[in-house]
Amino acid sequence: MNAHVADTHEHHGPEKGLMRWITTTNHKDIGSLYLWFSLIMFLIGGVMALIIRAELFQPGLQFVDPQFFNSMTTMHALIMIFGALMPAFVGLANWMIPMMIGAPDMALPRMNNWSFWILPFAGTLLVATLFVEGGAPASGWTMYPPLVLQTGAAFPMLIFSVHLLGFSSIMGSINIIATIMNLRAPGMTYMKMPLFVWTWFITAYLLIATMPVLAGAVTMLLTDKYFATSFFDAAGGGDPVMFQHIFWFFGHPEVYILILPAFGIVSQIIPTFARKPLFGYSSMVYATASIAFLSFIVWAHHMFTVGMPVAAELFFMMATMLIAVPTGVKVFNWVSTMWRGSMTFETPMLFAIGFVMMFTIGGFSGLMMAMTPIDFQYHDTYFIVAHFHYVLVPGAIFSVMAAVYYWLPKWTGNMYDESLGKFHFWISTIFVNILFFPQHFVGLAGMPRRIPDYSVQFTDFNMISTVGAFGFGLSQLLFVYIIIKTVRGGEKATDQVWEGAEGLEWTLSSPPEYHTFTVQPDVK
Amino acid sequence: MKTQRNLLKLFMIPVLMFGFGYLMVPIYDVFCDLTGINGKTGSITVAEASQQKKVEERLIKVEFVSSVNELGPWEFKPDQFSMMVHPGQAYHATYTAKNLLDKDAISQSVPSVAPSKAAEHFNKTECFCFTEQAFKANEERTMPLTFIIDPDVPDDVDTVTLSYTLFTKSIKS
Repeated sequence: MNAHVADTHEHHGPEKGLMRWITTTNHKDIGSLYLWFSLIMFLIGGVMALIIRAELFQPGLQFVDPQFFNSMTTMHALIMIFGALMPAFVGLANWMIPMMIGAPDMALPRMNNWSFWILPFAGTLLVATLFVEGGAPASGWTMYPPLVLQTGAAFPMLIFSVHLLGFSSIMGSINIIATIMNLRAPGMTYMKMPLFVWTWFITAYLLIATMPVLAGAVTMLLTDKYFATSFFDAAGGGDPVMFQHIFWFFGHPEVYILILPAFGIVSQIIPTFARKPLFGYSSMVYATASIAFLSFIVWAHHMFTVGMPVAAELFFMMATMLIAVPTGVKVFNWVSTMWRGSMTFETPMLFAIGFVMMFTIGGFSGLMMAMTPIDFQYHDTYFIVAHFHYVLVPGAIFSVMAAVYYWLPKWTGNMYDESLGKFHFWISTIFVNILFFPQHFVGLAGMPRRIPDYSVQFTDFNMISTVGAFGFGLSQLLFVYIIIKTVRGGEKATDQVWEGAEGLEWTLSSPPEYHTFTVQPDVK
Repeated sequence: MKTQRNLLKLFMIPVLMFGFGYLMVPIYDVFCDLTGINGKTGSITVAEASQQKKVEERLIKVEFVSSVNELGPWEFKPDQFSMMVHPGQAYHATYTAKNLLDKDAISQSVPSVAPSKAAEHFNKTECFCFTEQAFKANEERTMPLTFIIDPDVPDDVDTVTLSYTLFTKSIKS
């Protein structure tokens, strides 16, 4: 007994019970909290997507009324973006960045606790809007006025929830930047940092620069509705189109916030399983930085049809197409990393290769829409829905799954079930394509988004899409099962886990001690 | 110490960017005013208008359009549907509005000019849209406007549409 007490005192292990999680300042605990939160929100958002697809199985109105349908599209987007994807990436950053740069913990552990524990409140506030008078917000996640101002009692809840989510991600980002700037191990120069650390470093800057702009925009909505200001009210000299400019000034960097960490993850995984160092490391860093810079000057490509002067449309078209250059550099670097490598295809590698292929499909449809005259046809159709779901689902979400499979043995000390993992990859990939590929066709044929009904000629493709949606949704239950099974036990993982894995995190034991790198390693 | 200075700088970024979000409001206004995007019309003084030279050989058709926002309790119509005007000369036109409620109400009309390349050359010396207009219950009133098209208006502009949307500012109970 005495020995045990002395032992825990020495290693300062975790507290027991619920309070461990509420008061924790440990980056590993907080990383896990973020990831579990993200998984729960992913499932809630997924159920909403299935309600949407069930309604769209046939033309006409079957299951839900149009107002609720629009609530579902709005809430699905908000929950998936702010509740599932962003917390997932922050969770991965919390777990991995200190271990990758040889730091004992995050730079500001108490603020880390805060930035997580704001999230459940923000998430609850958002989900609770489903139960208030007037229903959940139904104006689309972009919250365009004047429509969003017609939201009922849910309106202030939506705004404050966005504020809280913003606070959480700003604090999380400042913590990440401070950690990377100040806590790198001796010898770990900037240009030696793993690419996941680099992409997060840049993403964190994007977050602290744009989340406050979103906070400002929604605050203006709030004062327009309740305090008689007229920022977006034409009667008072304001302009609703201005909201779109402010919103997308945040919104476009936001889409890179959702994809840059994914680039980082894939850049960790592909070299491991190709057993070659990453091709063009420094070009990857510069490409990431260029994408981040360009993301600030392309926002109006989301609103080509709003009525802009030709000069502005040309500028935003050219700037948007320019993004294809650094993105292309990345894709070619990943392919070149695999070229003549000794590749093996474990689950994380499958997800990473799937990411490269399917993200590129989404990237190409993005290039199509970058062309102003062509965008007039695609605007607000299912083509854009197909485009951003290709970059976000088999893009960003696949990268998160790849990361979970890649690092789960390190986190838990147990190997996941490889054949189940591979099966999960294949059914996810097949169903996600059945789900989203037909949406390109109905979009080109003119089916508008955010409408619960459609013309009968779109029926076949919509039915296929719905079948894919339910298949993809159910496949994710397998993902949950695999994670829980691995957390509870399984074949023990070695410290290096993967034969080709390199980096500081693989020098630690699997699972790592509660506190790691209390003495910083020397990086040569 | 270095860490704390870094942190202070980092926290300044979100604070400044929050301010920048609000700064975009005046930037947007100035930008639209300068370029005439968004149908924003100019306003000039009578003295300035009298100095402009009338262009005899050019005639431009000005069309007048009206609409009421959100089915408000108003009747709102231009008193003339179109006019032929020479650039550089001031013209007078009127709109008539009627408050259909049994209560006093205040309205505000917001102008927009199409095509947008003509908007910055469409100037007004007097307009009911400059100020809020108070109406008594069931009052009907003719509201004036004086405009002048700049002689520099692009050559390919032969029709200019002036539209007003009337908004309810407040209703007295």
